[in-house]
Amino acid sequence: MPQEKLSILIVDDEPIVRDSLTHWFTEEGYHVEASASAAGALARLAAGEIDLVIADIRMPGIDGMELLEKIQAEQLDTSVIMMTGYASVETAVRALKHGAFDYITKPFDPDDLSLVVRNALEQRRLRLENRLLRQQIEETRALDQLVGQSAAMRRVREQIETVAGVDSTVLIEGESGTGKELVARAVHRLSPRRYNPMVVVHCGALTETLIESELFGHEKGAFTGAQYRKKGKFEAAMGGTVFLDEIADISLKTQTDLLRVLQEREIVRVGGTQSIHVDFRVIAATNHNLGEMAREGRFRSDLYYRLNVFTIQIPPLRDRHGDVPLLATFFLDKYSQQMSRKFTGLDRAAVDMLISHHWPGNVRELENILERAVVVGREPMIRVQDLAITRPAEGADDLRIETIERRHIVRVLESFGWNQTQAAKALGIDRVTLYHKIRRYNLKPPGRVTRG
Amino acid sequence: MILVAVGEFPPPLLERLSRRTRLPLGPARVDPAVAFDTARAQYDSTRLLAELKARYEGEVVGAASLDLYIPVLTYVFGEAEMPGRAALFSIHRLREEFYGLPPDQALLEERALRELWHEVGHLWGLAHCPDAACVMSASYSLAQVDSKSDQFCPACRARLGPARPQGTRPAAGSQPA
Repeated sequence: MPQEKLSILIVDDEPIVRDSLTHWFTEEGYHVEASASAAGALARLAAGEIDLVIADIRMPGIDGMELLEKIQAEQLDTSVIMMTGYASVETAVRALKHGAFDYITKPFDPDDLSLVVRNALEQRRLRLENRLLRQQIEETRALDQLVGQSAAMRRVREQIETVAGVDSTVLIEGESGTGKELVARAVHRLSPRRYNPMVVVHCGALTETLIESELFGHEKGAFTGAQYRKKGKFEAAMGGTVFLDEIADISLKTQTDLLRVLQEREIVRVGGTQSIHVDFRVIAATNHNLGEMAREGRFRSDLYYRLNVFTIQIPPLRDRHGDVPLLATFFLDKYSQQMSRKFTGLDRAAVDMLISHHWPGNVRELENILERAVVVGREPMIRVQDLAITRPAEGADDLRIETIERRHIVRVLESFGWNQTQAAKALGIDRVTLYHKIRRYNLKPPGRVTRG
Repeated sequence: MILVAVGEFPPPLLERLSRRTRLPLGPARVDPAVAFDTARAQYDSTRLLAELKARYEGEVVGAASLDLYIPVLTYVFGEAEMPGRAALFSIHRLREEFYGLPPDQALLEERALRELWHEVGHLWGLAHCPDAACVMSASYSLAQVDSKSDQFCPACRARLGPARPQGTRPAAGSQPA
């Protein structure tokens, strides 16, 4: 007997077919449910946990083929076998083209039916296993992808290891492109929840109505277009992790709902009345200063405090220039392998160019540039002309305040022979501020200059 | 629990099955004609189960030599309420003759015994068992019937528990006590 019974949903308008198949599959040791119509079946499927649907093609109202199409369109997670009393090659071909696993003609040979069902369930088991393994591989990679030997990145990795084991909420702060989702995946991967899913919600991409239904699910008819019941991300996490990306972008109303879920660990589906207990861990990410937003009343401070239990700050790439060559090699290897190209490295000028770039798009920008370089470059080395960076002409194109500030500080420091006290005085800032700016811009005096 | 014939059934075989299972024989009361489907030239096994239930009180196992079917399947070897009190099996497709081979009474008796216990197992609430040697393993072909034993595996026996009343327990020599 299987540890957990596999479930089969039989869809047929004829009671005798439903009854005899229900009886037969119960004897087989399956959990069996039956529905007299396609509409009933869709409602049941939306609630989940059906491994296999065996549906008749000819039914009044929505017929079996339309049911099959809806199952595919809604991406309902189940296998489908179609049955019919009238064998025809055209129908069989149509059913298979629409994604049915197989097609059987009534009455069935018991041996055939048993074989078809076993095969369908085996294929489904393999598909689920494949998906799980892929996810695990990706998660392992996610950890490896946090490349960097800088103190800041070492600290990020240490923090991930510290917080992963405890079940607290994590807030990840970092500019766009710094790898917030990678950090979230690494936390999930190292946590006891790693065998459950990590579901991602990109809050910024969704309207208020959509985000509510995305997070909490909805009942059938909750709003126009809600044709079926749908589980929300908190339910879908099933003991795993919910990653809320761009958390600063949600409305005050959704913030209130979210706070309630975090406090009570219960959700109510949109349009529903029943509370459902949910088990999850939240990791939130933002490229805004949430603390500042909370102080200004643009983000609920009670929600901020609940999210801000443990904060991981990912430094922007410009603050860890030392990691650039390492990252560049990492992406070069990754894309060379993916595209079957044989690059051995980047030449000196190319590395220098990457190091001196300001990286407003952070690691993602670097990754894109390397991906393109692998496409356009000539083996075995990546050269400057392969890098799609336009080096700003001195003082002309680059109008970013930071670029200008950096250049200005270097000029002042040089004119005072790198005496920081005098330079700070001339710049009208205190010495500590200058010290931070020097670190931030990674400024170093030329070796031949003596201090003092 | 009693063992009864449903329609014509070879009396010597019925007696041997009764002896080996220690199920007492009961009078034949079901007329299979009510379950005959002229289009399929077969007998509706679900209908016969209903007849068995209507005509007997208590647990009853029907022994038939009819070609049985349920509406969605081309044939069945037997059927039982799960759980319930009526079970039915047929020797029609257990005979060597059905497959164009010379008759073999001893083999037929072994097959009949297995199918009988299999349906009784369903009656007692057991589903199919993944242990190929267990009498509750699924059988849709003679090969599968022949490859299993007439014994319940330890797991199925444990599932049955001590709740089965004395006298309906499989007897020594057929089933472990």
